[in-house]
Amino acid sequence: MEHAIEMIGITKTFPGVVANDKVTLQVADNEIHALLGENGAGKSTLMSILFGAYNADSGTIRIHGKDVDIKDPNVATELGIGMVHQHFKLVHNYSVTENIVLGMEPRNRFGILNIGQAEKRVARLSDTYGLQVDPTALVEDITVGAQQRVEILKTLYRNANIIIFDEPTAVLTPQEIDELMQIIRRLKAEGKTIVLITHKLKEIKAVADRCTVLRRGKYIGTVDVEDVSEQQLAEMMVGRAVQFEIEKSPAQIGEVVLSIQHLSVADQNGHVKVRDFSVDVHRGEIVGIAGVDGNGQTELLYGISGLSPVSSGTILLNGADITHATIRKRIELGLGHIPEDRQKHGLVSDFSISENCVLKNYYQAPYSNAYGLLDHAKMAEDAQALIEQFDIRAGQGSRTAAGSLSGGNQQKTIVAREIHLSPHAMLVAQPTRGLDVGAIEYIRQRILAERDKGRAILLISFELDEIMNLCDRIATISKGSIVGIFAQHEVTEREIGMMMAGSKRDGGNR
Amino acid sequence: MKPVDTRESFTSRMLSSDGAVSVLVVLLGFLVGTILVALVGKNPLNMYKAIFQSLSGYNIDNGKMNVRYIGETLNYAVPFILCGFSMAFAARAGLFNIGGEGQYIMGLTVAQVIGLLGPNVPGLHWALAIIGAMLIGAAWGGIVGILKAKYEVSEVVSTIMLNYVALYLSRIICLQLPGASTYKTANFPETALLSNGFFQAITNNSMLNNGFFLMGLAVVVYWFIMEKTNLGFGLRATGFNREAARCSGIPVVRSIAISMAIAGAFAGLAGGIVALGSFRYGRVLSGMDNYGFNGIAVALVGNNTAIGTMLAGFLFGMLKNAQALMQGKQIPKEITFIIQGLIVVFIALRSAIALYLAWRSKRQLQKEVLAK
Ligand SMILES: Nc1ncnc2c1ncn2[C@@H]1O[C@H](COP(=O)(O)OP(=O)(O)OP(=O)(O)O)[C@@H](O)[C@H]1O
Ligand SMILES: [Mg+2]
Repeated sequence: MEHAIEMIGITKTFPGVVANDKVTLQVADNEIHALLGENGAGKSTLMSILFGAYNADSGTIRIHGKDVDIKDPNVATELGIGMVHQHFKLVHNYSVTENIVLGMEPRNRFGILNIGQAEKRVARLSDTYGLQVDPTALVEDITVGAQQRVEILKTLYRNANIIIFDEPTAVLTPQEIDELMQIIRRLKAEGKTIVLITHKLKEIKAVADRCTVLRRGKYIGTVDVEDVSEQQLAEMMVGRAVQFEIEKSPAQIGEVVLSIQHLSVADQNGHVKVRDFSVDVHRGEIVGIAGVDGNGQTELLYGISGLSPVSSGTILLNGADITHATIRKRIELGLGHIPEDRQKHGLVSDFSISENCVLKNYYQAPYSNAYGLLDHAKMAEDAQALIEQFDIRAGQGSRTAAGSLSGGNQQKTIVAREIHLSPHAMLVAQPTRGLDVGAIEYIRQRILAERDKGRAILLISFELDEIMNLCDRIATISKGSIVGIFAQHEVTEREIGMMMAGSKRDGGNR
Repeated sequence: MKPVDTRESFTSRMLSSDGAVSVLVVLLGFLVGTILVALVGKNPLNMYKAIFQSLSGYNIDNGKMNVRYIGETLNYAVPFILCGFSMAFAARAGLFNIGGEGQYIMGLTVAQVIGLLGPNVPGLHWALAIIGAMLIGAAWGGIVGILKAKYEVSEVVSTIMLNYVALYLSRIICLQLPGASTYKTANFPETALLSNGFFQAITNNSMLNNGFFLMGLAVVVYWFIMEKTNLGFGLRATGFNREAARCSGIPVVRSIAISMAIAGAFAGLAGGIVALGSFRYGRVLSGMDNYGFNGIAVALVGNNTAIGTMLAGFLFGMLKNAQALMQGKQIPKEITFIIQGLIVVFIALRSAIALYLAWRSKRQLQKEVLAK
């Protein structure tokens, strides 16, 4: 078998952790190779080494049989290696074409930019690979899925024949995921070699030829995807059996805790994104909001959490009107929030885990005394407990900077903080985004435990199975309004899918 | 790929440690300064003799010891350190405070007013003047903070403008003071002065005064607020990630206003100390003293930490004191400005070099792609 990529005995250490411990990865030419492993197993690190963002401490890399020294991303680009990062690196007020050619703009011999020439080449590439984008649109105006296609085009424009995808589907809606799978197959058909990092076993089964599994920085094995079941893959990666469906006791529903009445919210540009939205969340229940991305879910959470002002309507928390309350007031009254955008709203990446864990209540007892002095020891102690409970993999314990955590462990840190606060009502957006199957199982159990403690939970997720698994009632949102709201057992995934597309179903109770 | 390359990881580790970079940059600044002195045909050794004398009081050429030089170096460092804090404190909350100069001038002005008109009660008089200086500095910085927080006025623009307002306002006010001429006022009463008999005695009558204590106190206060209080926690969170701070309920508008006010108080204190510590009369300023601007460089070299900024302030104080000594040894005193300038440029260069490397590799890539 001809190998496109051979990484042999790769070791990389960070302070306090061996992120890659003599890892071997062999990717055949023109295959789709999945890379699977728990959060913090070292997948992103290994790929960053291949892409030249990090240098390995030791080990050998061969590309198409030749020994190479990938000092920096430029060397990787010259070798035909491209990477689609999980957090896109696009300039928002530039056009699609400008973003694609950025840094290598075609100029004529007088040094004048020839954007037309670039646009033609971009159009040709997007035709060949079925990557639909409007070359002249501004990046800020296109969907997340389209932005990802721009990232893929960027690698193709630089003549990549090995393309690395780091958790590409974590940010996509189910429809976009299907499209991406098509694109990946197309790339393979055109002769490209693909490395795909994902936590979703379904996707591995759907597109990958082979799969390499890492656990705690070590190489576990490589399997032909055809020969293994999802269950076997999960066991290989976690080292124990994993439950996919969680058991749920019937909800013990109490009085209304969070009441949203006729809420309307506009985005920054003044476009109304949430229209006359009403829902009541009771003690001891989880209400899910299903919908295609961009139908007002983000703005709904911004409005309730206080990140954006609301245009009209009322928000009541335990009967208190918090429609215009400050964010801190809402938090003090018992409103929790696991935000959608963890980098922007969830974490201060220069702060340690222990500082991030008290971001919302650092000024209160037991973390501050009456004179406003912090108790760092108590902060560290509680953070350590959360690190153990939530299995946050951190090199330097509670002192680890949040920014140096792996993506999934950052998410666990946010969830740990919010659940530790155990607020009366909790807004939860994509709680298991980027988590491995083991962590998903645990986090879902903790959310259910909150419900059973009598908390009211409003959950937003693009993953229908998460909604079906966790929620007691499910509302579908389309163009900022509720299309229907049903008890979980009253609807099927298919029906919700139809409502998400905007068609109403008769019946259902508010 | 090669096995462990310790050399490479050592330099990269050095470059990622801010403290190490600062030390490196200072050494580099001196190195280039030394070469320049040699190039203009002077003996660089004389420069180091002057610096040594300003640090230790010992004159290598004639073997005489005069501790006054140590006192002067320490005294010169005080306003550099405090103005450094003014820049650094705001920077920790994510703000660029170029208004240290204006805050300093206002502090100086109010200290002079109270110094000349205040109650001639020993102990109380100068304390009142210093408190007044800090309060006006806090107000001068606080205005900027409020403008920024409430109306999103860029702090860079408003601080620059307020620097000029402060200078001319100071002239108008000081010209009204008793005994004012175009450049000075009457002498301060004894009770307004910061002079400290003990310091003078041990440093052979240098200008070192109670301001040195106040500066020491400021170092502790700065460190304490930042690291130990929940106010500092909120400010740091705001500085690192304003959106996450806001989402977590931290009142960022208040944080911004408070951090600018505290920053202003540091610069105001510097102004008060210079007014009543280094002069016996009030000055009618005709230009800026530049401590506020130098504070930007001091904070930059000190990485906005309490200890780092203090050490950087001492370095600047030492260079300033060495100026006169250098002239005595035929070294142009401007060399100290050049060294200070070089240090700032080198610090700025660290990011510039990264930018340049990225730019160069992009050019190269562009050529290759177009060739295909
Ligand atoms: N820049 C860094 N500094 C310090 N430690 C790091 C850094 N980057 C990664 N690590 C550590 O290396 C380990 C592996 O991280 P990596 O990001 O490769 O995990 P991952 O497999 O991609 O996980 P996830 O699925 O959560 O994204 C983690 O323990 C992480 O904390
Ligand atoms: Mg990762």
